[in-house]
Amino acid sequence: MDRDKTLLSVEDLWVRFPGRTRTVEAVRGISFTVGREKLGIVGESGSGKSVTGRAILRLIQSPGEVAAKRLEFDGIDLARVDEATMRAIRGKRISMVMQDPKFSLNPVMTVGQQIAEAYLVHRKEPAAEARRKSLDMLAAVRIRNPERVYDLYPHEVSGGMGQRIMIAMMLIPDPDLMIADEPTSALDVTVQMQVLAILDDLVTKRGMGLIFISHDLNLVASFCDRVLIMYAGRIVETCRASALHEARHPYTRGLLQSLPRIDRPVGELQVLQRDPAWRDGPVMS
Amino acid sequence: MSAVAAMIDVAMIVVDGLDVRFGEGAAAVHAVRDARFTVAPGEAFGIVGESGSGKSTVLRALTGLNPDWTGRVAIAGMAQVAHRPREFYKQVQMVFQDPYGSLHPRHTVDRILSEPIAIHGLDKADSRIERVLVDVGLGPDFRFRYPHQLSGGQRQRVAIARALVLEPRILLLDEPTSALDVSVQAEILNLLGRLRREHDLTYMLVTHNLAVVAHMCDRLAVMNQGRIVEEMTVAQLRAGAPREAYTRQLLRASIGYDRQAAEALKTFD
Repeated sequence: MDRDKTLLSVEDLWVRFPGRTRTVEAVRGISFTVGREKLGIVGESGSGKSVTGRAILRLIQSPGEVAAKRLEFDGIDLARVDEATMRAIRGKRISMVMQDPKFSLNPVMTVGQQIAEAYLVHRKEPAAEARRKSLDMLAAVRIRNPERVYDLYPHEVSGGMGQRIMIAMMLIPDPDLMIADEPTSALDVTVQMQVLAILDDLVTKRGMGLIFISHDLNLVASFCDRVLIMYAGRIVETCRASALHEARHPYTRGLLQSLPRIDRPVGELQVLQRDPAWRDGPVMS
Repeated sequence: MSAVAAMIDVAMIVVDGLDVRFGEGAAAVHAVRDARFTVAPGEAFGIVGESGSGKSTVLRALTGLNPDWTGRVAIAGMAQVAHRPREFYKQVQMVFQDPYGSLHPRHTVDRILSEPIAIHGLDKADSRIERVLVDVGLGPDFRFRYPHQLSGGQRQRVAIARALVLEPRILLLDEPTSALDVSVQAEILNLLGRLRREHDLTYMLVTHNLAVVAHMCDRLAVMNQGRIVEEMTVAQLRAGAPREAYTRQLLRASIGYDRQAAEALKTFD
């Protein structure tokens, strides 16, 4: 397994949403690469981090427009292939986990059927094989009683279990790259830790690439390998995750300083003073 | 008289043997089991716990939103029954988690703030609204806007203004910043801190975020499966020395990801 191999390279990605009075530029010319690693994308609401994840999978709906000089995944130019090719890539080679299992699972199918469906869409296998694979996958995401959970409907499982089911569904086609958009934000901290451990093992043991989109700076600093910080549709800073607390961009610094701390009192919290120059200022790395 | 007895004597909130049950028979859920704590006037007391721990249910029982409880609840020396008189809400107000859900989408800020004033038959509505809008850092410009014209942080300021306009003595805060970006959270936490000092308010804050509770509160209770497993000062929390294994695990998981710690996680019943 080649650790340094680039899985995805994004060059000059733009996402625009034309409106009646003005066009919103949600992502403005960002470039980055992802290897077999945990890459964090952090930023506040509206920074463009989720739109970036969706644009890679071409999930931006019309009238939204995506443009990129290069959007290359394993030698395939995602920006230019036809929809049929894209369908074969989505789920099978690049998959996506969304924030809230409540809205992402089909409420009228058992969770087992949904996981099996994710397997059968990409493979011609007997249904019994799909069921066996699904049960294995439920066990892999540490669900204690896979046989029982297989026949449950989404409303019968907790949020933490729902998110693990989502991950099982995304993993069953064995993707090379996973885009996880706030996958643990709706979970309790201890469940979050367990879900992250599953993702961590997939990257370190199976060599999957992971794009981890989050607003939680402390979490990204402790979990990821590298971090991109997004502001107003641009990457304003990139750094090693372990060095996030020494970040230099005033926006990143401002975000870090606005956090209340467990270890010591901080008095008044620092309020972020947004500088218009950040919109088009230099990228720090 | 011991210090503890003196505190109970003048306590703003006394909760003793509080039990809350939902449902009947096999589907019965014992959501809060024998909760007890006191909060002194001007103090900020936090309840932390994971989802389903019963922390919000305690708050809802206190504020009268959930009438099915047993035990003793006294606010400012007055024992409370299931149905609260109007006068109660003049003293105790609540701020909810989701500023997108807690404001009427078709009412202007002015109407949102006028309603509690009218319900309680207070005079000088005009000057009260103007004053409270300045107090929460919005100013008169926001008075005739609708919630959809406001950002999340501005909406939460309106929700705080609505609670504050009656000049209560106690604010009950249920995850007041968990739907907000961290930079906006900082603004709202600073605002809540300032209002508490200026108006001599007593706070009860329910949250899953240990850092927020450490920042805002003097003391806290940790809940798990309906029980208060531990009560401690924020200084003890900061020192990283909770007594209970459950609290230590919660604290560890709140600090950040750690592969070894993830392996060692346990379920506490």
